[in-house]
Amino acid sequence: MARMKFLCDAERCIECNGCVTACKQENDVPWGVNRRRVVTVNDGVVGAEKSISVACMHCSDAPCMAVCPVDCFYRTEDGVVLHDKDLCIGCGYCFYACPFGAPQFPQAGAFGLRGKMDKCTFCSGGPEPDGSEAEFKKYGRNRLAEGKLPVCAEMCSTKALLGGDGDVIADIYRQRVTVRGKGSEVWGWATAYGPPPAKPAAGSKS
Amino acid sequence: MSARLAVTVLAAMCLVALGGCGERPQAETAYKQGKYQGKPDTLPWDDAPPAYGSAKWTQGDKRSWEDQIKTRNLSQNEYVRIGH
Repeated sequence: MARMKFLCDAERCIECNGCVTACKQENDVPWGVNRRRVVTVNDGVVGAEKSISVACMHCSDAPCMAVCPVDCFYRTEDGVVLHDKDLCIGCGYCFYACPFGAPQFPQAGAFGLRGKMDKCTFCSGGPEPDGSEAEFKKYGRNRLAEGKLPVCAEMCSTKALLGGDGDVIADIYRQRVTVRGKGSEVWGWATAYGPPPAKPAAGSKS
Repeated sequence: MSARLAVTVLAAMCLVALGGCGERPQAETAYKQGKYQGKPDTLPWDDAPPAYGSAKWTQGDKRSWEDQIKTRNLSQNEYVRIGH
């Protein structure tokens, strides 16, 4: 199996934030933490506005793993970058190292004390036994152990966000680009979804 | 003779240069004694599929779990799922 990856199609993302909401709900993400965010550039500029859903990209050579002073990160056989909250000291080095701002830190006390790092787990939990209450409390739901893929990608209404085996989602995206017949320089409904269906012939009932 | 030697040396140099194009694993992902790089975790295919839902694989069989994930993965392609 190839590595698990996310891919967001900027032509399709409509900034609905459904992925953000689904992630928070599915994983019971702590208050003040967003494991996934939708970033929009050129907001309001007709023809130039693009949105993209961003979370941990589960890097092949993850900088968070490289800088962690307590070596709390690990990578699974499927290429998912996970961490052990029992080892994490909440220092924040991973936040500085991550180019996507994926590591998040919940408030742990009444005086704004920084808690242990929280990030996207590709819906695959953590070191605790799969599907256990302890795992859910610390890391959220383990959907991979249920034969499912991350909820953000699976529930995306426009299928802008794809998640799973990198080879498979690359093939899906490649097919889209082939259907569109052009690159990312153009935009609009027809670009994202293909030409509209042919209108019925005059006189025929709809 | 010298031409033959030159060709041999050139071929050897090409092989050495080509060796630089190889890809080394950037991080250790080996699963040893229930641990990834010293951190305990469970392999997803070692779990039994949930009693509810449509997920099906043979417990402990990585290949069948991958097939289940691939089926799930392909359902994200609406050209296949609902046509175009």
